[in-house]
Parts: sequence; C-alpha cells; structure tokens
Amino acid sequence: MSVTRPALQVDDLTYRYGSQPVLEHLEFQVAAGEIFGWLGPNGSGKTTLFRLLSTLLPIQSGRILVGELDVALHPARVRQCLGVTFQSPSLDRKLTVLENLRHQGALYGLTGQVLRERIAAVVERLRLSDRLRDLTQTLSGGWQRRVEIAKALLHRPQILLLDEPSTGLDPGARLEFWAYLRELQQAFAITIVVTTHLLDEAEQCDRLGILHQGRVVATGTPTELRQSVGEAQLTIQTPEAGALAAEFSQRWGLKARVLGEALRIEEVPNPEWMSECLRDYGSRMTSMTWGRATLEDVFIQRTGHRFWEAADVPAARH
Amino acid sequence: MSLPLATEKPVFARFWPAVWSLASRELVRFFRQRTRVIGAFGQPLLFWILFGAGLRSSFQAPVWANSLAHPLTYQEYFFPGVAVLIVLFTAIFSTISIIEDRREGFLQGVLVSPTPRLAIVIGKLLGGTLLALIQAGVFLALAPTMGIQLGLLQWLAVIGWLSLIAFALTGLGFVMAWPLDSTQGYHALMSVFLMPMWLLSGAFFPGSETGWLSWLMRLNPLCYGVAGLRRLLYAPADIQASITFPSFGLSALVMCGFAAVCIVLSVVLVNRPSVHNVR
Repeated sequence: MSVTRPALQVDDLTYRYGSQPVLEHLEFQVAAGEIFGWLGPNGSGKTTLFRLLSTLLPIQSGRILVGELDVALHPARVRQCLGVTFQSPSLDRKLTVLENLRHQGALYGLTGQVLRERIAAVVERLRLSDRLRDLTQTLSGGWQRRVEIAKALLHRPQILLLDEPSTGLDPGARLEFWAYLRELQQAFAITIVVTTHLLDEAEQCDRLGILHQGRVVATGTPTELRQSVGEAQLTIQTPEAGALAAEFSQRWGLKARVLGEALRIEEVPNPEWMSECLRDYGSRMTSMTWGRATLEDVFIQRTGHRFWEAADVPAARH
Repeated sequence: MSLPLATEKPVFARFWPAVWSLASRELVRFFRQRTRVIGAFGQPLLFWILFGAGLRSSFQAPVWANSLAHPLTYQEYFFPGVAVLIVLFTAIFSTISIIEDRREGFLQGVLVSPTPRLAIVIGKLLGGTLLALIQAGVFLALAPTMGIQLGLLQWLAVIGWLSLIAFALTGLGFVMAWPLDSTQGYHALMSVFLMPMWLLSGAFFPGSETGWLSWLMRLNPLCYGVAGLRRLLYAPADIQASITFPSFGLSALVMCGFAAVCIVLSVVLVNRPSVHNVR
C-alpha cells in the first residue's frame, strides 16, 4: 500500500499575540489536489493561520510542513511552493496587468522566454488577454481578483492559498469565481487552501475545518459535517425563546437550544407535533423553519454560539 | 497551449531579476505620477533661485573658497547643496512609498515571494538611486552657468559620488519608513530629522569651525557627502581640509560606512517577520 504525503501538514500549532492566544494546538492535514476550507467567524484565528501558512508570521510553537519542507527551517523554498492570494489586493495599482505579472515573475526568478510563456498560459486560462494593458486601478473587484490569481499561479505553485477570496465580489461574481477555482484545480492539479467566513463559500470546498476562538471544532466534508448534527433542524424565531424552551421541556421533554431570539430543536418528535406546536404557540413566534442542517447548525452545535455572534465573544477578538 | 503543471520542478528565485524588477517599478511609478516629478525637482530648483538671489548680498564665503580661482557667490556655494537636496527629496519620496506599499497590500505580495530579503532592499535602494541620479544629473548640467566646468572623468566621478549619497540616503529613508504605519509619521521625522540633517551638512550655509554647531556638523554623515561633492566639482583645486569641509578620503570613508550601516539595518528589518507587515 502506498502512503501519499499530505500537501500540507500542521502539527500542534499555537500562536499568541502577547499573552493572548490566537491559535491553540492546531492539527490538520490537507491532501494533495483537494480544496480545503477554513471556516470561522471574524476573530476565529483564520487570518493568523493564513499568515503563518504564507510565512508572513514567525512560527512560535508547533510545526507546518509544506510537502517535505518545514516552513520554519526553509522559508524561501516553501515560498517557491506557495501561490498566495490575499484578502486585500497585492497588486501595484499604478502598473498595468502585464507589468504586474512580469514583476511577479521576476520575484520568483522567472525571466525571458519562460516568463513570456508562463504569462501567456495564465492569461489564457484566466481570460485576461483583453485587460493586459489596463492599469490595475481601473479594474473592477472581480477582475482584480482574477489578476491576483494569475499572479499566484505564474510560478506553478503546489499549493494555492486564498484568504477570504470572495471579499468584495457580488454573488454572481462569487459563483463565477468558484467555477474558475474548480477549473484551475483540475487543470493545474493544484492543492487549494481557502479561509472564509462565508457559509456558502465553505460549502464549495472538498473538505472543511471549522475554527472557533483559535481551536478546531470540526473537520470533514461539508456533507459529513451537516450529517453529524442530524438530517434536519427546526428553528423558531421568537422574542420569548427562553420561556418557550422551558415550556417545551416541561410539556414534551424536548431539548431546545436558546440562541438569542431563536430556538433550535434538533430532534422533532413527529410532523404532527409541529402542527400542534404552531396551534398552541404560533402567536408567540415570529417564524418557524424546518430545513436540512446547515454549516451554521454545525457551528452552533459545536460552539454553542450562532456563527455571526461568535465574532462578538470577547475571547475571540484578535 | 500547454498548461502549467504543479508537479514540474520549480525554478528557484534569482537575485538580480528581482532587484531590477523592483528598481524599474520605482522608475515607472515615478514617471506616471507627474506631481512627484514636479515635487522632487521643482522645489529644490525654486529654493536655489530664490535663496540664491535673496542671500547673495549677506553671504560671507568660507575660508576654503580662497583657494578657488574666482570669487564664490552664494548661488554657486548653494549649487552642490541643492543637488544633494534633490537627492534627499528623491530618497524621501522613494522610501515613503514603502508605507504606501504596505497599506495598499503590495508589500505582503513581495514578502511571501522567495526573493532574497537583500534583493528587496537593494531593489528599492537602486530604484531610489536611479531616480535621484536622473534628477540631480539634470540639475548639475547647469554647472557651467556657475562657472564650473567639468571634464568627462569629473562627470563620471560626480555621478559615482551622487550614487553613493543617494544609496545611503535611500537606505536611511528605508530604515526610517519600514517601522512606520503612516506617511504622517514619516513627514514628522522628515521635518525634525532629515531636513535639519541637510541644513547642517554645509549645503545651505558654511557653518563655523568651532562651537556646538561644528560638532553637529562633524557628526552628520551628510556633511561628508556635500564636502565630497564640492571637492569633485572643484577638482583638481587643492583645498585644505577642515571640520566643516573634510577631506575627500575621509568623506568617502564616512559615506561608504554610512551606506553600509543603512543597508545592514534595512536587511535586518525586512528579515524580521512581523504582524506589522501584513494588512
């Protein structure tokens, strides 16, 4: 049986800003050729993780391996293996698309004919040929993102790191972007690691890790994660969440989780129960939703917080 | 067209392509921002014309000027000083862009590349130096109007010396700009440090050979830069060395040392991974 080395391996990674821990004992592996996403609300530590993976921050404790290379010991060689796309653009706005690409090539030791061929290949793949002479400051967010990816692919990295790649893109451009990403993954046989705070973006990944307050709270495929919290969920929006939870418990022995002005019930006795509940308590509810479990349900089950509230938990602020 | 494959052996970064790319980027950006061209060249030129005219009658030539074949006017005295001011302004504008590059996100893209950190520093310094040479060179072409005639060798020596000053000053600007988050902070440092450094270099006024001012001048590396330039402009005139007008040998030694210190400090700063460098 052959053992394939993971494209990326992180062992017991801890990072602190001063005395404040931002990442604690992170362990994970990313297989070659997969799209792996780190999902977490703002302040969960995913941007710090991205900065550590991209060699921008020093490793304080633990180890990151890119293929066989230890990031702490061989930063320059690791950098050659990585293509990095930041949340904020790293383009020179005063230069044209072509000048930005040439500059990027030079930073990775590419010159002459090789550089011209590489530029031609990524430009064709990302359909940038009509924009080559445009100053990047004149491009829309979607086009700038595309140039960023062209830059990151120029030196043929083994791993493409993307920090919040959909930031600044409208929903249409976001869908198109992910279609591109899939196309690139197949065409370039590349491993892609994404950080995101968008639940719909996380759904696009092959595998996910969920971060909360610097810790991994779950990993798996989006389907596995959703199934881990049950097939379906009932969510009741109500200003009396606490009171209703107590009444449901007393009357039916139901476990209901109170999340602000929402009540989450993971195990509903039977469909008839919902009619009965609506009849007796409907006047005290704003809405009642029955649906397939989402990644937010996974987050709630593992952390006890709603996804968007988690960023406000004091310990999660970094 | 064949697509790139991630499995192909990567090409490891080379030093000079990165240096040249970073340096040429400085030139392209400079000439695309017309206001920068006007700011770096226009202000010193105005200073030279206005101060030259205004201080003409009250100027008292330094003792070393007695060795020259003609009487030294203030406009002529100020001429090399303005050339150095052009170099200083160019170095300031060139390195202030480090703060902008960080803010705009460009810098983090450079830092995650495998480019040697020394290449990042040298690229920036070379870009600033070339810009300074272009501008100061154009200004120094006015030398014959001051009665200063330069031969080919002298021109080459002057350009070489200006390169050394520009490299050192851009290095100093780099060390000052790298830790800063705002251009306002840099402007403050410019006002309280860089401009006084130029004022006390013998560029604007000769200064006295005794007292606290002479000590400040003695400790100011730019004083040696200005003195070296004057000596090259008036070569082969034999002008005696003094505190405010050091010999060419000492000037060269101090300027080389100053440039080396600035480069080493710059590389140390760039080598230090820090949360400060990311957006």
